[in-house]
Amino acid sequence: MGVKLFDSKGTPLDKQRFTWKDMVQQPISKLDDDAFTRVRIILMNGLEVEAIRFQHLCARMNKELQVPLAKVRRVEQHQQTTINWLISSDHSPLETTIGYEQVAIEVTAAVAQNEPDPYLAQVYRFGLLEDFDHLYRYAALLDRLEGKDANNILQSHTDILPGRPTVDEHRAPEDDVRDHYDRAKASAITKLHATTIMAAEYQTHDFYANVGPMYADPLARQLYAEIASIEEQHVTQYESIIDPYETWLEKWLLHEATEAYNYYSCMEQETNPRIKAIWERFLDYELGQLNYVAELFKKYEKRDPTEVISDTLPEPIPFKSNREFVREVLSQEVNLRALGTQFVDHTQEGQASLGQRQQLNSEGSPSQTAAAGYQWSPGTELNRKIA
Amino acid sequence: MERSVKMTTKNKTGIAMSPMDSQAIIDAAQKMPPSSAGDKAMFTSVESAYIKESSPVGSVPPPGTLKGAAQALLDKLSGENPEVLIDKLGERLAFERTGARLYEYLITKCQAVQADSQLSIDTLRRFRDEEERHFKIVARALESLGADPTAQTPGADVSAVASMGVLQVISDPRTSVAQSMEAILTAELVDHAGWELLIQLADKMGLDEMVIDFRTALAEEDNHLRQIREWNEQLTLKQAGV
Repeated sequence: MGVKLFDSKGTPLDKQRFTWKDMVQQPISKLDDDAFTRVRIILMNGLEVEAIRFQHLCARMNKELQVPLAKVRRVEQHQQTTINWLISSDHSPLETTIGYEQVAIEVTAAVAQNEPDPYLAQVYRFGLLEDFDHLYRYAALLDRLEGKDANNILQSHTDILPGRPTVDEHRAPEDDVRDHYDRAKASAITKLHATTIMAAEYQTHDFYANVGPMYADPLARQLYAEIASIEEQHVTQYESIIDPYETWLEKWLLHEATEAYNYYSCMEQETNPRIKAIWERFLDYELGQLNYVAELFKKYEKRDPTEVISDTLPEPIPFKSNREFVREVLSQEVNLRALGTQFVDHTQEGQASLGQRQQLNSEGSPSQTAAAGYQWSPGTELNRKIA
Repeated sequence: MERSVKMTTKNKTGIAMSPMDSQAIIDAAQKMPPSSAGDKAMFTSVESAYIKESSPVGSVPPPGTLKGAAQALLDKLSGENPEVLIDKLGERLAFERTGARLYEYLITKCQAVQADSQLSIDTLRRFRDEEERHFKIVARALESLGADPTAQTPGADVSAVASMGVLQVISDPRTSVAQSMEAILTAELVDHAGWELLIQLADKMGLDEMVIDFRTALAEEDNHLRQIREWNEQLTLKQAGV
């Protein structure tokens, strides 16, 4: 039975409390927990970081909402800490990076398959093949820099293959902006998908931008610089599919609904009982926050929140391997490129993107260099059996 | 026995844990050629170019106001490169200071899990105090040269980077005493070699008083290394039931 957004009141905002011990719990096991538990943790951290980011921007533009925003945001902050601190300290930044790319691939693939709007499904498939390639580049780096096998993180759920080559992903800014959904006509799931993927990509950008300089190796620093640049393009892409004519309160409502939807998806599929309890608790928190925002929405916009988002949450995002789907997209769409808001064959790419790419790659391509001659092999390329 | 290594089917990292999925990922990787030609050598060529262009991580600060004895000592070293000595002293000083903190973590862990009686908390406390004393011995040596013992030298910085993992292991509440013991063994091995090198350096520079002080420290470090190695072996063998 689906979750009712406005019938279930969730935990009232003033009962959403934390202690430091509560926020800093025992992390997951890198070795024993399921890869999808880590995927969910990274995804939900992305949504919480996005919630904080959005609410700060909203506060800068809306004086009368500043106190309510501050109240909700404080809880989001503590939710974010609780979630992100579940990543154990034995993950090197590069191992966590492999986890980030697994999120980008598996969650975007799930969204692409469930998205009812064909243009947006195409947008997701386009981004998917780029993140898929990033995983391959980072796997090569992990192998060649740290001597580790990326599949220890991926647990055989996700292929490690070249996608749309990262070297070809650099585009002119005008080729990264897409058409947006229509807020009056788009289905609820379309809106939930867009905010979910935008949040995930934004945190990926920020993560790479922050951990890149933690590496001493110059090629590692270059590769993070290069892929962070693509993630910036992805944020540009996914941000632009969201209707810019939504009001601030409408967007706030959608953010809360998206968080609730994702916690619900996590709760339904979590295999670690301790983590499942966190998802369940935070679903109740989000429902409380959503209803708090719904009251503000009614007060200021004099509208019914169900005009923005339907009362019943759609079916959860499936957290599972999308191997066959990704392979199919790879075989059919790897040669697509973006031209303005549309997707075209690589032979029709515009001069603006070609020129920009040529300039950026003119002193070498970190992604090509890091993965030169690289084919993933179980136990790293040093373990490859010579025929 | 506390948190011994256990065998379970929970570990999901190897390909053997999901044979069908693993075969799929292996087959696909073998069929798809790499997207660019070459090998790890191309990776290395970027590194080489940067190595050639790079500046050092930092420099050794010059001695401050030189008074009597310090001036005399430095004069004695003229013609040699006293900055090497100052750098290495700075490195040892930082290592010993961190070493005291590492032992504090280890003591806390042993107490929290009520580690096996073969481990003596009192001995660990003594080691911790000795690390602190060694830190002070090196600080005095630096002061005798007119150098600032509060400055961070390049050697101090780099050796701290090298032992970052030791701190990560010992301060992780999930790691066992045995795992922490092995991490501190890593530190003690390099510490021991560091003292031997420092003594050799001071000796070649004719700094006899320093050599005497440092030999005392090395004798204690000998003891640390022997004891930690012994405990590490005992803990592992006991867990293995042999």
